[in-house]
Amino acid sequence: MSTKHKIDLYALTWRLPIILWQLIFFVGPVVFMIAISFFVVKNYRMTEAFEFVNWQRMLTRGYFWDSYWYTLFIASLSAAIAMMLAFPAAWALAFRASENLRRGAVFLLIIPFFTSYLVRTFSWYVILAESGVLNAMLGYVGLGPFKMLNTHFGTVVGYLTLTLPLAVILQTVTMANIDKTLVEAARNLGCKPLATIWRVVLPLSKTGFVVTALFCFILAFGDFVAPFYLGGSQEPTLPILILDTTKSGQQWPRAAVVAIMMMLTLFAVAFTAIMLAYRKPKVAR
Amino acid sequence: MHGRGLNIILGVYVALIFTFVFAPIFFSLVFSFNSQRFPTIPLGEFSTEWYAKILSDPDIWQAVRNSVIVSTTTAILATTLGFCTAYTDFRYNFRFKGPYLALILLPPTIPLIIMALAMLAWLSRLGLSGQLWSIIMAHSVLTAPFAMAIIRLRLHQMDPDLEAAAWNLGGTEWQAMRHVIVPFCMPAIISSLCLTAAVSFDEFAVAWFVSGLNKTVPIVILEIVQGNIDPQVNAIGTFVFLTSISLVVAAQVIFISRQIKSHS
Repeated sequence: MSTKHKIDLYALTWRLPIILWQLIFFVGPVVFMIAISFFVVKNYRMTEAFEFVNWQRMLTRGYFWDSYWYTLFIASLSAAIAMMLAFPAAWALAFRASENLRRGAVFLLIIPFFTSYLVRTFSWYVILAESGVLNAMLGYVGLGPFKMLNTHFGTVVGYLTLTLPLAVILQTVTMANIDKTLVEAARNLGCKPLATIWRVVLPLSKTGFVVTALFCFILAFGDFVAPFYLGGSQEPTLPILILDTTKSGQQWPRAAVVAIMMMLTLFAVAFTAIMLAYRKPKVAR
Repeated sequence: MHGRGLNIILGVYVALIFTFVFAPIFFSLVFSFNSQRFPTIPLGEFSTEWYAKILSDPDIWQAVRNSVIVSTTTAILATTLGFCTAYTDFRYNFRFKGPYLALILLPPTIPLIIMALAMLAWLSRLGLSGQLWSIIMAHSVLTAPFAMAIIRLRLHQMDPDLEAAAWNLGGTEWQAMRHVIVPFCMPAIISSLCLTAAVSFDEFAVAWFVSGLNKTVPIVILEIVQGNIDPQVNAIGTFVFLTSISLVVAAQVIFISRQIKSHS
């Protein structure tokens, strides 16, 4: 009996503190955010209540839905662009590069993921500006200047800064794990190179690719820096809406409504994506 | 496939992708030594003006001190949390293991701006907002999954019989932990300290919301950028990049070199 008690104590030491910590500092905030979406703000002070006034207020406003659809659109678009731009590079790294080269490339691509996104965005700001580096370069060959800042293009460049390295890494890892003999078999049986990619490589990488696209979408959907600094926030995305509503006017309950709508959307997208990813593939004939 | 030609095209393409990824880091570095107020090419003269400016700014020094405190404390906390979870996952099977793991692994899937709002509201309610501690508590939750993943990966390489062998030889569970598990995980623990410190050092959304008047380096950058184009940002940026890149490279080198050693 005493040994059993001792074992429990040991196990609990490793388990309990984390559960408590995460309940207080992770579950707590998220649940409280849901709660405050029903609170009311009176005289700039948030008071406890259970009213739907914030929900009604936000969900009947045109600007909320404009922002909602725009965010959904631009995040999906940039996820699609990231997937397509990443593919040839990932394919090359997975099938054409040596093991060492591939490992080195992934090693390098991990670095930006942990470096300041904010400073990289500011650097893009300078590069894309009216008289910035890119326009100066284009000027030498007689092109431009193009307006790149404060456009959708700027926003997408910012999102890609965040998502492209991740897309290349995940796609490369996915394709590197494909059984190479299957690809060779298709080639030996007379399958053309592009058809091999379409009918063998892509179906075999479906799960990995869907998850990659999902990550790209989540990152773009939740980012406020790119649309704010590079897109000029002319069409505010949902994160910018949260930022504005929270920082100016102390309307935390309304910001919470936006945040909850974002989370619900992410759940829906993630759920659909995962269903897609694990659906049994149809047998190709 | 037509070998050489295609390989060259693909090589150029991969190079372009890498250019896109590293261009902002590169230009930030170049422009930090450039005299122009609005940097472009052709470059202005070489100048250390911006560095001199940030080095003489007491606000920036205060921010650096804050950032160092926040990221080291976060790293230690997150790595501890990550280690406990990784070990529990490695050693035990229990009924609510799924939800238990979700509890620690889920935070990074929630957009930072949402976590920022949630943390701000919750910590203000608890009376814990507006301090350096607020950032640390929030960051520990956000970075612990990275620590968990790295340490779990390392434990995956350990033969579970090693721990059992230590018990059979008369060691208690605590002794086995101290003399077998922890030493085995040490490279992962150090990598995890570096990586979580790097993430915390660069995180600005949550930090900005909960910190009140205590600014960390990214918050200072955010505030400068909001004003106007100011090349000071490039100088601070270079310092920030150097810090996080060294941490990340250190983490990778420590982890990978051990990986190779343990395989050979």
